[in-house]
Amino acid sequence: MEDMILYNRLQFAFTITFHYLFPQLTMGLSLMIVYFKWKFLRTKNEDYNNASKFWMKIFALNFAMGVVTGIPMEFQFGTNWAKFSELTGGIIGQTLAMEGMFSFFLESSFLGMFLFGEKLLGQKLHFLSGLMVFIGSWASGFLIIATHSWMQHPVGYEILENGKFILKNFGALFNNPWLWPSYLHNQMGSLVTSSFFVAAVGAFYLLSNKHSRFGKIFVKSGVVFGVISSVMLAFPTGDWAAKNVVKYQPVTFAAMEGIFETEKGGSEIVLVGQPDMENKKLDNKIAVPNVLSFLTYQRWDAEIKGLNEFDESIHPTNVPGLYYGYHIMVGLGTIFIGIMVLASFLLWKGKLYKTKWLLWILMFMIPFPYIANTAGWYTAELGRQPWLVYNLMRMVDGVSPTVSSGNALFTLLGFVGLYLLLGLLFLLLVLKIIRKGPEAKMALK
Amino acid sequence: MEIFWFIVLMVMLGIYVILDGYDFGAGIVHLFLAKTEQEKKAVTNAIGPFWDANEVWLIAAGGVLFFAFPTLYASAFSGFYLPLMLVLWLLIFRAVGLELRGQVHHRMWEAIWDKAFGIASLLLALFFGAALGNVVRGVNLGMVENGVSTQEPHYFFLALWNPTFDPLAEHQGVIDWFTLLLGLVAVVTLTIHGANWIILKTSTSLNGRLKKVIFKLNFVLLALVVISAGLWHYVKPFPLNNLQTHYWLWIFPIIGAVGLIGLFRINKFKKDSTGFLFSSMFIFGSFATTIASLFPTLLPSTNGINPSLTVHNVAAHEYGLSVGLYWFIIAAILVIAYFIIQFRVFKGKMDDVGYGEH
Ligand code: HDD
Ligand code: HEM
Ligand code: HEM
Repeated sequence: MEDMILYNRLQFAFTITFHYLFPQLTMGLSLMIVYFKWKFLRTKNEDYNNASKFWMKIFALNFAMGVVTGIPMEFQFGTNWAKFSELTGGIIGQTLAMEGMFSFFLESSFLGMFLFGEKLLGQKLHFLSGLMVFIGSWASGFLIIATHSWMQHPVGYEILENGKFILKNFGALFNNPWLWPSYLHNQMGSLVTSSFFVAAVGAFYLLSNKHSRFGKIFVKSGVVFGVISSVMLAFPTGDWAAKNVVKYQPVTFAAMEGIFETEKGGSEIVLVGQPDMENKKLDNKIAVPNVLSFLTYQRWDAEIKGLNEFDESIHPTNVPGLYYGYHIMVGLGTIFIGIMVLASFLLWKGKLYKTKWLLWILMFMIPFPYIANTAGWYTAELGRQPWLVYNLMRMVDGVSPTVSSGNALFTLLGFVGLYLLLGLLFLLLVLKIIRKGPEAKMALK
Repeated sequence: MEIFWFIVLMVMLGIYVILDGYDFGAGIVHLFLAKTEQEKKAVTNAIGPFWDANEVWLIAAGGVLFFAFPTLYASAFSGFYLPLMLVLWLLIFRAVGLELRGQVHHRMWEAIWDKAFGIASLLLALFFGAALGNVVRGVNLGMVENGVSTQEPHYFFLALWNPTFDPLAEHQGVIDWFTLLLGLVAVVTLTIHGANWIILKTSTSLNGRLKKVIFKLNFVLLALVVISAGLWHYVKPFPLNNLQTHYWLWIFPIIGAVGLIGLFRINKFKKDSTGFLFSSMFIFGSFATTIASLFPTLLPSTNGINPSLTVHNVAAHEYGLSVGLYWFIIAAILVIAYFIIQFRVFKGKMDDVGYGEH
């Protein structure tokens, strides 16, 4: 039983983590491609059209990866979390079915047109089909986060005697106080990924003295999108998300911040430190007094509850993981803001394209937004433990009763192997597209 | 209300089978019949801009299943765990084969992904046929051993096969001679269907040959259909009960039969679309006949102890099902609109779209 749960969790965690590497770029990049196309329509500068076509090639590849890794996600609710699906399907089935009906059809129909239809459609309609792809992917994100928000903060339900959750109020699913902060925050996260990606490719072109015209366009738009989204990631959206956690999941918040004991007279904010679960304290701590209380309640002496105030049985099961996930996300977020503010200052002064060291930094930043997004999701998911549906249904009660640990391990290994292969191929092909550059003869003749 | 959602679900699955079915068929044609580079291109061009949108029908149908019949979704997906995972992996290979082939111009690279695409398509057709076979045959709900349920009455788990391959064995497998036979029917049907689609969407040297193949395969299909109908009777006596009480249901087998018989005239058709129409009719007719004969059962129980899963005992609660109606109608109108737009933009032959050459 223990093994079975472990493999089920590992498989879900591995496949969703891998899946979300792709949608985060999809969602952000779709907006930037639409922006390039729009710039082209306004300025009639062919470079912008070629920029949009160049990014479309990467987008198409990335999108395909999102699709093939997304289908296993939808299946796994039933295959690995059957009990959970049976009991809550009447509710989360709504939002998941809506995702299929509203966004996947939209995205997939118009993506084909966007990729193959420039000639057939003409420029204006081509722009429009791109816009549709953008709307589809953001709607998809919205509905999936609506699903997820219900698990974090269940609303509009009633529980029957047989344990089944039934929907009482459809509107509540979308008025969920958890939903909007989480959604906006997540979308900003995906914009950060795409802006850093675009800027990094631009920096690479500038540094290697190839395709410099495009290098400038990419760096410029990457930095402009990047500074806006990375600031909004922290304020207001990250801040809102944190306030939700304090309000609805105080025990999670204590674990995220590494507060073992309630502190009288205001809580310090921990910058560095390692949770020591045996002695219930943080080792090697560097902290600033009272700041956390201020950030959370706008009062320097507000009291924040520590883990000691809650029963052990509802403590998150992996406090160190949760704590690190949160600190990695916030730490990287701070660094992103720093880099992007600096870069936009230099851009404004007209010096950015010549500031080699900053271009190098931009280029090497590519993996970090991915890490931050993943860390954010680990924060959310580990913070929800030991619950599957917060306060109502425990994770151990959600697994499929008939799938044995041997079979779960078999498919987990299969996914690991298959996804490693996919990841490798994806990297190779993206690098190939980037090396060829935006001036390569367009395939979309 | 649940009857409405049942119809929606079945229509969506039917559309999926007809649409992605031609992709699988094209994959099989690609594997066995397309010889030259030009022919291979023709096959992939014929499905290139469509397969992704077609696959969405599967995902959306999965979503509707989850939403309207959560208990069935939970029971069937965990019970058919292994075959579903294999289907997922095959879907991945199919997609990757199609998308990656054109990215690098090297003979070995192309050969690998051609095979991946073709073999995955072939196996997918086989699996989907076998899946239908499993639904018809039923499963040991509640995993009854010696007259006692070892699980809750609506859960089960199936191995991939058992050594006897006997559909009536106590410890069933997903693959037995009966489900394998239906898998074969699906492979032949979809090969014909895919070939018809290629004829419709391209104009290469391949098309003449395809017509001859369709003509021959159609005899095989006819024989297989007769055999499997007989054996169905052996595995599940009196399968067509519902049709005896509701005569209008005979419309489905009749549509199927018209499709099958019509295809014998493949060489005489004036329009390239006629063949595709007939194979779609056959698929629709036989799929609908199967569903109609099972109704209201969705997954039969093979033991006398636990009841079969039916439309009524696996449905979600009334309120959820009725609010779903509002958004579903809006979404359905939009989906139809997208499809019309898509078909108008990509009407006609696809030979020179240049699919896959990024
Ligand atoms: C916030 C964003 C986000 C998150 C958290 C997830 N996804 Fe996703 N997903 C997308 C955003 C997205 C997307 C950007 O909309 C994709 C990328 C490619 C696509 O078609 O849509 C997508 C693809 C995608 C597909 C394939 C769609 C297609 O064929 O067009 C499925 C079935 C899922 N997802 C399902 C899930 C499930 C069940 C998730 C959670 C457990 C999940 N996704 C997390
Ligand atoms: C928004 C849609 C999502 C839904 C509905 C969802 C749902 C679930 C479910 C049902 C589980 C299994 C039960 C459990 O172990 O707690 C789970 C676990 C997990 N999910 Fe998510 N998830 C979503 C998004 C994500 C994303 C985007 C990531 C990461 C990038 C993620 C990371 C994880 C991890 C790491 C686990 C394992 C947690 C653990 O083992 O404790 N999830 N999630
Ligand atoms: C710098 C300030 C940031 C703050 C204050 C912040 C705050 C938060 C909080 C409180 C959560 C909710 C955790 C939970 O649900 O239990 C969260 C989730 C998340 N964060 Fe951040 N975050 C920041 C930066 C980032 C960055 C840089 C990224 C990635 C680029 C990111 C991506 C995510 C993701 C993907 C989630 C999970 C999805 C969601 O629920 O919205 N965050 N963040």
